[in-house]
Amino acid sequence: MEANTGGTGRLPAAFLTPGSSSFIDFLGRHSPELIPGRRGLPEGMTIEAPHGTTIVSAVFDGGVVIAGDRRATMGNVIAQRDIEKVFPADEYSAVGIAGTAGLAVEMVRLFQLELEHYEKIEGTVLSLEGKANRLTTMIRGNLGMAMQGLAVVPMFAGYDLDLGRGRIFTYDVTGGRSEERGFAATGSGSVFARGSMKKLYRDDLTAQQASTLVVQALYDAADDDSATGGPDLARKIFPIVSLITDEGFRRLSEPEVSEIAHSITDQRLEHPNGPQAPLL
Amino acid sequence: MSTPFYVSPQQAMADRAEYARKGIARGRSVVVLTYADGIVFVAENTSRALHKVSEIYDKIAFAAVGRYNEFENLRIGGVRYADLRGYSYDRADVTARGLANVYAQTLGTIFSSVGEKPYEVELIVAEVGRTAEDDQIYRLTPDGSVVDEKNSVVVGGNSDSIGNYIGQRHRAGLSLAEALKVAVDGLARDPNGGTPRTLTPEQLEVAVLDRQRFQKRKFKRILGSQLSRLLSGDESAATDDTEEAAAEIAADIDKDPPATAE
Repeated sequence: MEANTGGTGRLPAAFLTPGSSSFIDFLGRHSPELIPGRRGLPEGMTIEAPHGTTIVSAVFDGGVVIAGDRRATMGNVIAQRDIEKVFPADEYSAVGIAGTAGLAVEMVRLFQLELEHYEKIEGTVLSLEGKANRLTTMIRGNLGMAMQGLAVVPMFAGYDLDLGRGRIFTYDVTGGRSEERGFAATGSGSVFARGSMKKLYRDDLTAQQASTLVVQALYDAADDDSATGGPDLARKIFPIVSLITDEGFRRLSEPEVSEIAHSITDQRLEHPNGPQAPLL
Repeated sequence: MSTPFYVSPQQAMADRAEYARKGIARGRSVVVLTYADGIVFVAENTSRALHKVSEIYDKIAFAAVGRYNEFENLRIGGVRYADLRGYSYDRADVTARGLANVYAQTLGTIFSSVGEKPYEVELIVAEVGRTAEDDQIYRLTPDGSVVDEKNSVVVGGNSDSIGNYIGQRHRAGLSLAEALKVAVDGLARDPNGGTPRTLTPEQLEVAVLDRQRFQKRKFKRILGSQLSRLLSGDESAATDDTEEAAAEIAADIDKDPPATAE
């Protein structure tokens, strides 16, 4: 797709028309074929494509952590062992993706661009609520494909500079948005991850403890869900863990996550079900 | 029925150029010059919200003088062009040369079309490279000419006298504080040879394209206390304190989703 059209090479009128600060709105008017949601499949068609699975997130004192396993599956086959599912959306927010990998990654790219475009045009950043709402619109645009089995269900986590705390938003395939308290999980292993976090989560976690918590939850998800991958010690493929605080987005380095993953797997050799919460 | 006056094409074009030039000459100047770590943009501008210097894309920035609504329109068009191109191809495929060409075509078409008045703007499109040799600065005039500038360039009112002053004092490898001093001294000069004015940080809009930044977006505004310290010659202000801490943190912000997953 050429950005400039017409024989003169002059910017087309659409580029110079005052209007919305949204890149997606501009794309919709100027090159609608580039909007992911506008591409429909033929009626009654379904296709098989790699799917990403479990994303977990937890709020801690001073920020929020968001993490994802590394497995992509296509039916019963492992399509990719080192897929990335957690991406920075901008300086103070991140998005984790579960669902059809190809579409989800494209959605993330467009979402990142949407936030950056707004920032450049307006000279200011969107509020965290505003960012979460933009994501809603994008998921809604994908509903047609979701109905044919190509769903994208992201999770959005960020540091709210106005409120001074981390926040988590989850979505359903229709774009229904809900803010989560404390912790959240999405994707096929989410049931098990949520159960794990429910027993381990406390209000006063540190960033380090919260990072351990989410890796524990991913371990439990991988333990019971075949589509979620656990830490792959042999290949040195570990979950992606990202922290967002008032200093911005930071992805934990591989040695940092490796250390957490190793201490958890060591402990699981003794206690396969992991740490035990008190009965009462 | 009266006979229309004949105006020769030369005269028509000269009139249009004169009209645009007068509009531009009314405004304060913008100075763009290279320094050791990139390109610095200095404008005299008391507004905190209406910018003369802006980010277009990762390594590309835009500076303008003249009519605000006209250059703002071009700026937004440029951001849309860059974002669309980067989204359709890759971020690396957005270049200052490409953007300058599109602006040149746009300005040129407007300039020579009888139905439109020429834009009263002069633009600079600059891209910071990996090394100082790769830095690019393009100046665009209202008639759509593009000039590939080296080292330093000035647009706006008094641009000739300020440009001469800065051209004589600019050399390769200046530090940010040194480059800023040259630019501000140039802007503060009285074209009629009187005593130079004193420009305070509040009257200046300063931004850099800094190739040393870890983030993929190299554009950064220099504001408030950092600007004051730089203007007073404090070299240590060139990298602000939060920058280094943020650098390690932010290395991953640069990552686009992997191409394999598309």
